[in-house]
Amino acid sequence: MVSLTVNGKRHDVDVASDMPLLWVIRDTIGLTGTKFGCGLSQCGACTVHLDGQPTRSCVTPVSSVGAKKVTTIEGLSPDASHALQVAWIAEQVPQCGYCQSGQLMTAAALLAKTPKPTDADIDAAMSGNICRCGTYQRIRRAIHRAAQA
Amino acid sequence: MATTSTLDRRTFLKVSAAAGGGLIIGGYLPGLTDASGTVGLAAGLFEPNIWVKIAADDSVTMTLTMLEMGQGVMTSMPMLVAEELDIDWNKIRIEWAPADPKYGNPNFGGQQLTAGSNSVRGMWKVLRESGATARTMLITAAAETWSVPANSLTTERGEVVHKATGRRLKYGALVDKAAALPVPKSVALKDPKDFKVLGQSLPRLDIPGKVNGEAEFGLDVKRPGMLIARVVKCPVFGGKMASFNAGKAKAVPGVRNVVAISSGVAVVADNYWAASKGAQALEVKWDEGALATLNSADITKKYARLAEQPGKVARNDGDTAAAMKDAAKSFERVYEVPFLAHACMEPMNCTADVGADRCDVWAPTQGQTASHQAAIAASGLPADRVHIFTTYLGGGFGRRGEGDFVTDAVEASKAVGKPVKVVWTREDDMQHDFYRPVTYVRMWAAADASGKPVAFMQRMVQQSLMKRIGGLPPNGVDFISLDGSANLPYDIPNIRVEYTETDPGIPFGFWRSVGASVNGFVVEAFIDEMAATAGEDPFEFRRKRLAKHPRHKAVLELVAEKSGWGKPLPQGRARGIAVMECFGTIVGEVAEVSVTNGAVKVHKVWCAVDTGWVINPDTIKAQMEGGTIYGLTAALKGEITIQNGRVVQRHFNDYQMIRHNEAPEIETHIVASAETPGGIGEPSTAVAAGALVNAIAAVTGKRIYKLPIRAEQLRGTA
Repeated sequence: MVSLTVNGKRHDVDVASDMPLLWVIRDTIGLTGTKFGCGLSQCGACTVHLDGQPTRSCVTPVSSVGAKKVTTIEGLSPDASHALQVAWIAEQVPQCGYCQSGQLMTAAALLAKTPKPTDADIDAAMSGNICRCGTYQRIRRAIHRAAQA
Repeated sequence: MATTSTLDRRTFLKVSAAAGGGLIIGGYLPGLTDASGTVGLAAGLFEPNIWVKIAADDSVTMTLTMLEMGQGVMTSMPMLVAEELDIDWNKIRIEWAPADPKYGNPNFGGQQLTAGSNSVRGMWKVLRESGATARTMLITAAAETWSVPANSLTTERGEVVHKATGRRLKYGALVDKAAALPVPKSVALKDPKDFKVLGQSLPRLDIPGKVNGEAEFGLDVKRPGMLIARVVKCPVFGGKMASFNAGKAKAVPGVRNVVAISSGVAVVADNYWAASKGAQALEVKWDEGALATLNSADITKKYARLAEQPGKVARNDGDTAAAMKDAAKSFERVYEVPFLAHACMEPMNCTADVGADRCDVWAPTQGQTASHQAAIAASGLPADRVHIFTTYLGGGFGRRGEGDFVTDAVEASKAVGKPVKVVWTREDDMQHDFYRPVTYVRMWAAADASGKPVAFMQRMVQQSLMKRIGGLPPNGVDFISLDGSANLPYDIPNIRVEYTETDPGIPFGFWRSVGASVNGFVVEAFIDEMAATAGEDPFEFRRKRLAKHPRHKAVLELVAEKSGWGKPLPQGRARGIAVMECFGTIVGEVAEVSVTNGAVKVHKVWCAVDTGWVINPDTIKAQMEGGTIYGLTAALKGEITIQNGRVVQRHFNDYQMIRHNEAPEIETHIVASAETPGGIGEPSTAVAAGALVNAIAAVTGKRIYKLPIRAEQLRGTA
């Protein structure tokens, strides 16, 4: 049995200790906003926060999470009111949308640390997150917009 | 109504309870029409259709047969209805259509298929007519209610208005009366200059659910008692499972079943992790089949040999052979492009629940029809027992028009007697795609003594998609392959285009922009060399030869103007230009690049597009942006190679994507146009490579003949 705090709620889950956090969140707890894109931390679709740090949940064994608080896209804000979510809509960022939970979680961690990021900051923080639809310039605009908010 | 359960299940936006009688417009309910004799619209369609429902509570529900993979159909399709129906946009509701031929796209012979940049092209008339018909009937109902002539009435955002007396009735109040009226045989559609909804950048309806984790993709489907499966497939194309030992896989806690299915062996478990570990533990012996020694180099060698012989003739203006023989100058170039994977962010997956007399399938698919057919075949059940429920697609790009992932899920569920979601890994997705076919192209040009072009000739060798999906026409020419060459717009007196079909056995399919994905590169790169031979600026060379194609010319001029073509650039930068027609849309791009130690940096791309009258300008811009990144990614990075019948690339580390730090800004300009709409999902993918390689040639002096562009090709040039 592993205890996890996800979006402020405690979950006791009976899973293999090497099971990646991604699959515990998706298959066991049932929060499907966090996506599976590659399973090798190469695309960033599975990004969640562990105590605010952006983390690839697909390569994070559940047993390594410990007391760290897990935040998923569902917990980024209670009502999609996070400045980035508002900016994502204002800039009409998503196309297929599949990577956007991961993009938002990575961007949220960036803004928490660097409230007014430069383009270079955005490149450095975001380049681990692939968007196959090519929404990169809108993501950049949305991050700048959220930083102004 | 037969489809209620389907529609309810798939409704994305919550549909208000439709109190009282609803008016169903734009088609007719099966069985109702003939009996009542009052319905029979949808001129030009042979099949009945149901597109619009107006309820007594004023909600307007539109049935969406096109699938949302990021291209914006969930918004553009209802905008077409709303323009003619004149409704309050905030009242629109969307329901996804089930698999049923009556919802088919007329441009695909009635197939339900979201592909070929054909959603707007296939559906705009049908949907606008459905809206206009509904509006006409509501006006008639109000005219009868008030005993006034119909032509004294107008509509405003969901109300019929009698201006003379100031009376108003909401559509919802008229539904019962309107439902009893005969449907007009024909309706007038608005002139594009009168559009109020079309041409507006309305926010996309699917976006709010894509920023908070709510949007349901195929991978997110949950069914009671559902198991998760991974399918272990033969790494060699055409190979088959000879035998397997399930012992070690079954020893993994959580693994429930290990079953043979037609594409391999399915390891079925309580969750993905158990299925994945079980799949890794599984011991399988493969019969690798005839392709087990095939390599990419063999394929190229064979194609080069085939290209020595004349192909089937697709276009023959003038006498190219004579012109070449007599020409003062001539040259030949050989171009090669590789197999490409689609690499959708959401790996292939599908959920199925197969019982003795019913099969339900939840699929992130581009084709309800293809999915339905695959599920019928795999379940062995009759068509009316097989139900397809669609979800959002985490990318499509042509990949999800295939039925293979549906077959996997249906066979696995049938074998274990429980609902099963089959999840492919990234490696499965990369190594078991239907690839953009590898292509070998010979090009010839001839010019007079002054360098002016007199002849253009292409000979392409490629697998044939037409042959795969139904057969080549009697002339042996696959016009899908030759999109961008057989329709060459430039005024050159002698033009010949030849095509040779061959098939090395590697699965191939439709990849964003399809044949144009080759010719956007090959033809536009070659035209640049013809311009150089003529001693002309690449923009001027093209412009002078587009007099018979004013739309191409206007797009070319616009992209040149907006990019400041010809103006001085920072040291070490140069630009390339390209223009083409693709899926009924004319698109032109200018790329600005620099090259440092062989590494290409794309600084900016300008795009001009004439796609006819516009539905949603921001959606067009988004597609130009995304399509350009897709095309640049392929040109700069994309290559699938075959070794011993297997795909070498496995993941995003060896099949790379453009990322944030490499993505250029893309500035899009839309040509004001009243032409019939073209497609927007694919054209910019095709043209991007042409603009890119021409820019690289301008800055380095090195022409690119083979994609992807490797640093080794360019090192030491700039």
